Amino acid sequence: MVEFILRRVLQAILVLFVMTVLVFFGVHVIGNPIDLFVSSECTKACVDAIMANLGLDRPVWEQYLIFLGNLMAGDLGNSFTFGVPAMSLIWERFPATLELATAALVIALVLGLPLSIHAGLYPDSPVSRAIMALSMLGFSVPIFWIGIILILTFSVRLGWFPAIGRGETVDVLGVPVSFLTLDGLHHLALPAITLSLIMLSTVIRLTRAGLREVLTSDYIRFARANGVRETRVIGWHAMKNILIPIVTVLGMEFGSVIAFAVVTESIFSWPGVGKMLIDAISVLDRPLILAYLIFVVTMFVVLNLIVDILYSVLDPRVGRSAR
Amino acid sequence: MTKLGMALAAVLALAAPLPALAQNVLTIGVRSEAATLDPHWTQLSADLQVQEHIFEHLVDLDSSSQPVPGLAVSWQPINDTTWEFKLREGVTWHDGEAFNADDVIYSFDRLKAGIEGATASPAFQLAKGGKSWVNIDDYTVHITTTGPYPTMAEDLAMIPMVAEHVVPGKTPSMDFNSGAAAIGTGPFMYQEFSPGNRIVVTRNPNGWGGDPGWDEVVFRPAGDDSARLAALLNGDVDMIDYPPTVDLPALRENADFVVSTISSDRLIYMMPGYRHMEPYITANDGSPMMNPLRDWRVRKALSLAINREAIRDRIMGGASLPARNIVPPGFFGHVDDLVADAYDPDAAKALLTEAGYGDGFRMTIHGSNDRYINDARILEAVAQFWTQIGVTTEVDAMPRAVFFSDLIRGGADGFPGFDSPKFSMALTGWGTVAGEATYTVSGILETCNAATGGGNGNFGRYSNPSIDSRSVLAKQTIDRDARLALLQEATRMAMEDYALIPIHFQVNSWAMRAGLEHRPRTNERTLAVEVSRTN
Repeated sequence: MVEFILRRVLQAILVLFVMTVLVFFGVHVIGNPIDLFVSSECTKACVDAIMANLGLDRPVWEQYLIFLGNLMAGDLGNSFTFGVPAMSLIWERFPATLELATAALVIALVLGLPLSIHAGLYPDSPVSRAIMALSMLGFSVPIFWIGIILILTFSVRLGWFPAIGRGETVDVLGVPVSFLTLDGLHHLALPAITLSLIMLSTVIRLTRAGLREVLTSDYIRFARANGVRETRVIGWHAMKNILIPIVTVLGMEFGSVIAFAVVTESIFSWPGVGKMLIDAISVLDRPLILAYLIFVVTMFVVLNLIVDILYSVLDPRVGRSAR
Repeated sequence: MTKLGMALAAVLALAAPLPALAQNVLTIGVRSEAATLDPHWTQLSADLQVQEHIFEHLVDLDSSSQPVPGLAVSWQPINDTTWEFKLREGVTWHDGEAFNADDVIYSFDRLKAGIEGATASPAFQLAKGGKSWVNIDDYTVHITTTGPYPTMAEDLAMIPMVAEHVVPGKTPSMDFNSGAAAIGTGPFMYQEFSPGNRIVVTRNPNGWGGDPGWDEVVFRPAGDDSARLAALLNGDVDMIDYPPTVDLPALRENADFVVSTISSDRLIYMMPGYRHMEPYITANDGSPMMNPLRDWRVRKALSLAINREAIRDRIMGGASLPARNIVPPGFFGHVDDLVADAYDPDAAKALLTEAGYGDGFRMTIHGSNDRYINDARILEAVAQFWTQIGVTTEVDAMPRAVFFSDLIRGGADGFPGFDSPKFSMALTGWGTVAGEATYTVSGILETCNAATGGGNGNFGRYSNPSIDSRSVLAKQTIDRDARLALLQEATRMAMEDYALIPIHFQVNSWAMRAGLEHRPRTNERTLAVEVSRTN
């Protein structure tokens, strides 16, 4: 296990390195951020002075080496826009995104598992067909459209939910969270539902397919023949085998939901990292873009690791071969 | 289970928001969020409009961007190169300390010393004209320049004042966002800065300008146009900036909402390239050709071919002001008798034929798609108008992150120290922030010259000695009438020569719930003191 984790970490460092090279030079090719920030009255001398102040007048490879050096020292630089360390901006906004993504995951599981078990047990009932049609919609309809429709219906027409922003927060262990206040839940509902749709559809389709397959296998039949209660057959014996693909997919899905909840966050003006990334890209805030992507790569590596470890818990065979 | 449920209920009960005690709260949904409260950090409108509630300038700008007394009560030139500013007495900072000339000198010095990491500080306003400053007594400041300098008041309207007893030793930007250094003299005081979510300022009970009319003002960012509108419709916010132009007609019809508009200081225009060969202009068969845009008749034909009313009505939701000027009406330097070219495709074709381009040519025009209101759609419309008169025009619209660097220095023929623009015809905009035309004439009409700073926005590399001489002279003419005459002459010459092809001035719009009244500003900022209740 230790060797396995070590190998993963080394891989991650390699991935990080390649990513910084690609992003650093890529962002550099797009354009010069100073052109977007300065007033139109700022003359060439004034632009040059700002470039020198930020070190942008040096050759790009030199800038990259400086960046690497600072990275080793744990300094990812200050955001051009905000003038504060890029990492602090990410930490400041990450709880909001994590909260949104977790809420979406909870919705996906709490709604998705019962629905899909129903659809798996009674595949021909009209309700099951409706559930499957719904999951198809969840996959195929673009998120921004769903978001706008939810806003128009539930916040403009019915007035039940607010359209933008995050609600009242309370500090839990120093982290501001909004799901513990009524106002916070109120604000959280629409964006979380919007964000959960794809995960919900994934859960429904995977669980149903898995259940249909597993239910015909011998060990289920023997379990039933043995007189094991039906709830235990489904909820324990069948589920155990279905969960592996679900955990894999959801683990990855959860990562992308956190990393790129951009659309949902933009529509609902949710103060998370996704929206910040889009804003950073549109003004070429290089330190912030880089810091964020490094953060995301690290997060994916960690998530992968967690998924792998969960495997070995769910399916002892995986753990043995990894050892 | 029940225990957990009870605990949860208790937490919820405790955390439920208390009913707001402040009676007069104005919530504004803004398109772009403010990134910093350090007033010396940026020049971006989104930052400035929030900062201006807290920090003030020696000179204020009224709603049509004309200078009026701010923290200075009066100013006048005492000789050719020195301006004397008399400061307002009895003004206090939000922490109770008195404001005086030391704060002014400190603010200037802080900017001049440079702010580490700042991408766009207003320091260049101090560098213009080689300004130096000295305090004569507690309420008098002298500012000296190397030569006669007429636009001193306009420049100082861009320099916010920070407190000498607070700011030294504080970290730029960060300590302002935390509130530690966000001590100003303005009508509102720092309350909360929650990035991406809300910024709150509260009434300053000791403001020299009197009661600002609101106990609390909340800025909430909502970048998505439809979400911002939805937030207004369902009452999340009282007011929004930049309502989507397609929805303007419907909002105007609706009795529950009020729309306020004013022509902005931002000119949207097509900038022709003036090099002998242009990379994006070819003959009809694709072969290279001498640049037809160097013939003024071709430029005039292109201008006549644009239906500006159609752009206003079909694309801008009525919110644009067709133009043939470089500064909007009411600004120092506007020429009243220059009116926008009427749509006349037949005359345009005739002019093209007269210039020897009766068969037309091919051109690709460039522009941003996320910088100006409906920029990509305007670009497409212009291309269609031009194709109709025989100039086969293609459109290449791109994000501003790509566009502006290429516009300024993307050309293949640049070399170190000499920027060459990339495009042959580009849609761009110019905002006359100072409310007067001196630096607009200098910026977009003067010949580009990195040494003097002239023509730093002249990306077509237009060059006209008659305009240059007037522009250079205007920058040194303190007498207002003489300067006005020079600026208007230069503008008229440029317009008659079609140095650039103006399309329109953007019109700023706001939408708010009925019961509010707004005195809109030319410079796009949303200030709470200019919003009042009518019921």
